[in-house]
Amino acid sequence: MHANPVVEPALTTSGTDEVVSAGSATGFVDWGAVRSDFPLLGRTARGGQPLVYLDSAATSQKPTVVLEAEVDFYEQRNAAVHRGAHFLAEEATEAFEQARTAVARFVGAHDDEIVWTSGATAAINLVAYAFSNASLGRGGAGAARFALRPGDEIVVTEAEHHANLIPWQELAARTGAVLRWFPVTDDGRIELTDGVITERTRIVAFGHASNVTGAIAPVASLVAAARAVGAYTVLDACQSVPHLPVDLHALGVDFAAFSGHKMLGPTGVGALYGRRELLADLPAVTTGGSMVEVVTMESATYAPPPQRFEAGTQMVAQAVGMGVAAQWLSELGMDAVAAHERALAAELLTIADIPGVRVIGPVSAENRLAVVSFVVDGVHAHDVGQVLDDRGVAVRVGHHCAQPLHRRFGVAATARASASVYTSLDDVRVFRESLAGVRAFFGMN
Amino acid sequence: MSGLEQLYQQVILDHAKNPHGRGLVPAADGLATGESHQVNPTCGDEVTLRVAVGDGIVTGVSWEGQGCSISQASTSVMTDLVTGLPLADVAHLDQVFHDLMASRGTGLDSEDDEDLLGDATAFTGTSKFPARIKCALLGWAALKDSLARSGALAG
Repeated sequence: MHANPVVEPALTTSGTDEVVSAGSATGFVDWGAVRSDFPLLGRTARGGQPLVYLDSAATSQKPTVVLEAEVDFYEQRNAAVHRGAHFLAEEATEAFEQARTAVARFVGAHDDEIVWTSGATAAINLVAYAFSNASLGRGGAGAARFALRPGDEIVVTEAEHHANLIPWQELAARTGAVLRWFPVTDDGRIELTDGVITERTRIVAFGHASNVTGAIAPVASLVAAARAVGAYTVLDACQSVPHLPVDLHALGVDFAAFSGHKMLGPTGVGALYGRRELLADLPAVTTGGSMVEVVTMESATYAPPPQRFEAGTQMVAQAVGMGVAAQWLSELGMDAVAAHERALAAELLTIADIPGVRVIGPVSAENRLAVVSFVVDGVHAHDVGQVLDDRGVAVRVGHHCAQPLHRRFGVAATARASASVYTSLDDVRVFRESLAGVRAFFGMN
Repeated sequence: MSGLEQLYQQVILDHAKNPHGRGLVPAADGLATGESHQVNPTCGDEVTLRVAVGDGIVTGVSWEGQGCSISQASTSVMTDLVTGLPLADVAHLDQVFHDLMASRGTGLDSEDDEDLLGDATAFTGTSKFPARIKCALLGWAALKDSLARSGALAG
């Protein structure tokens, strides 16, 4: 069998003659070598300027090992998984399931607690529609625990990405449940006000870290409050999984969603985590091939998880790529990643000292990610982004799929700079200098 | 001129700072009036535009909105351009401006059409930036929709 695309820490020669490893369990990481693993970061921006990529919260760049893993899959092992008696099908299935194991280990889950989805949005919708199907009586006796009745309550927060808000609005509309939410404080933290979670609460869905403010949610408090009333927790872990050590068992959440493309993996793949005993009872959502046991003209019985939730041909190459990304990050060490990005967050936050710049969300580097949204007095975010783009600095502008949170802060749009493993302090300095010139460009002091 | 300077020409910055037609004007008796609210969901830009038409001529354009300098300036320039024009000429201008936005920075082949656009030719630089074309077209979309809603196009 062809060798698996095993991730070896890249051996590189540093400025001295000493050979160092980019990834290291000893705590030392050569971040310059890490960066050089990302081919795209070698290209230039407008006018031949160096690219300063600060849009990782939208999507991350991919290391060579991930790109090679996808190519390797297609060149050496492409076949339909979980069917076929030929050797290619065996190898493809093995690669697919090894990727599931890698992703499961990365987030502290069992293999069969990880369901492949097309992304985090699909994962959250899967949970919402499964509850919906349970409410319609589907899924048998075990699924009754997920049934919602009129007057039941679903709790979210004002900080949610639309992908962790609208599926719950829709579930509430379909079942007669009531949507409630925790407000957000002036500095962008979730305000744990009394009375939001009640005896009627059935689901508490919240983001682990905000894609706008970078604030990390009080997971333990929310899980405890949900458990106290017997509600299920759904964690949107899109922003946390690529940047922090995440152990879903330790966090104690019931379901979690995250995407491949934000954690250095390919687009088109993500994962739903569900506690083993919950997935066992969760009704099917997308039905069709590969998720069944016995099918007659009248009805069908369904496979156990995770296959029950993986109807149709899966995104195998992308899943393999996501598995390699998880493994690559594990070998780098998520503690080291988090420490690196804490330093980047502190540097990013120095933009608050630029006259006319206001940071939306926490202004301290504590308990947050290197995701900083801001407004520039008198200059629309779109225009801010355009001037930064002219200097080779790529940031996101707009509402970042969080309109209610922007409304909370009285702004229609913000600009956002967000970092990842490959971001350097120099990137942040170029960004800061460019941002300092924005108001002058528009003729303001 | 750099791409950025072509995008933010002085005439655009001036209109963005002091937009023309801003502040909704109440409908007047005897005129066909239409109103339209348009949003650019990618960046949250919004415009609410009201148009008044009498005897086949656009007699007044007024609007409220928030957004980037390109969307605000474009709506302002458009207000100046179409006020006082017959509906057929407004339709032609709308087409010409859309052609300009599709020109990828090269401008229009017809000098006559460029003359018609006046200050709006300053948006030639915008057409080089695909993400900003929607900003420049927001006001035009509101104008087209409000004219349709006014009923003035039916006759």
